[in-house]
Amino acid sequence: MRGWCDPEVQQELPGLGLMSSVLDVAARRSLTGRSTPEVLARLRELSNRWRGARAVNVRQEAIPAAYRVFFRHIGLDPDVTRTPIEGAVLERMLEGGFLSEGLLADVLTIALIDTGVPVWALDADTIGGPLGIRLSSPEERLGRGAHAPSVGAGRLVVADSTGAVALLFGDPAEGHEPTASTQRLALFAVQVAGVPALHVEETLWSCHSALAGDG
Amino acid sequence: MAQSEQSTVDRLQSGSGRFATIFDDPFAQPAAGEERAAREALRAQIDKLERELSGLVARAFPHVAPRDSAGESFSGPRLLGLAELERSRDRLALRIGEVRGEVAERGALERRSRALLERMKLEPGRYKFVRVPVADLGDGHCGVWEVRPRLGLIGMLAGWWHVKLSSGCP
Repeated sequence: MRGWCDPEVQQELPGLGLMSSVLDVAARRSLTGRSTPEVLARLRELSNRWRGARAVNVRQEAIPAAYRVFFRHIGLDPDVTRTPIEGAVLERMLEGGFLSEGLLADVLTIALIDTGVPVWALDADTIGGPLGIRLSSPEERLGRGAHAPSVGAGRLVVADSTGAVALLFGDPAEGHEPTASTQRLALFAVQVAGVPALHVEETLWSCHSALAGDG
Repeated sequence: MAQSEQSTVDRLQSGSGRFATIFDDPFAQPAAGEERAAREALRAQIDKLERELSGLVARAFPHVAPRDSAGESFSGPRLLGLAELERSRDRLALRIGEVRGEVAERGALERRSRALLERMKLEPGRYKFVRVPVADLGDGHCGVWEVRPRLGLIGMLAGWWHVKLSSGCP
């Protein structure tokens, strides 16, 4: 499902979009628990495929380059705040492989590495209404809790109908992260100019198929 | 008066051109549409510069640091104003200049090293114990070319020198 985007943001950053989908989690396995053998095998395969030379050149590939450019456009230096794909590849170089961090994290990593498009997961039962991208309002808080941190006005956030659930390209706010007991997942991917919608759909489909096939 | 100058004057006189506004009040704030167009143009420049920088860094790696030491991220993702976009564009342009400088310096080092190695091979006796790391030739990362005496002490006394490539990577 294509998410909404604030008209002011859309006008200023054409090509920016959000796609989301909701997934019922199979009850048989914990999202934060150990990955399936298939997922672990896929991580190993990707680790072997991504070596130093490709890691260096990833910034020149079409989709990672589009995110780098977009980061510059929104005031993030991609050499300081790494784009998701470059962050994952750097981690792979430092750790010697894409290490397993639990079923959901692994599935999200595989989707990111396969398509170049980052995807995040939220606990669907903690969000209200469709997700979209807008600017934060003054004194807006990130998350729902009493101690939720202030976002600061004018930041680009992913929000539902009640408030901000994550900074754009940031981790989900506290209280929205999926837990071991999460029953329904809301997945969302951020599209920027230069990234075909097909890749965004593929990253979501990849997560769906991996998690639906679980169990 | 040239034809182009005449057409400019015509536009100014008619007041329909953009120049008319600028000449009327050079300090006037640009209209919202003009500012948006300027931001769009800056974003296009940033796009081009970022891709150029990425290409330079990727080609020059590992001799050029991929990370800009002066790089910064403003406080979170947001819509940048004209000044911030200009600053980002200028920083990128500066960084490209720095990287080009580093690439040129590196190229000069490799040329000097190759020339030295050639001279060492032609007249090893003049370059006793001189070492040229393979990395400085741009051929790889491991190994060192060195002028050493043949047969150790005997070669040193007899003046038998040759260029040897030490073993490669550990």
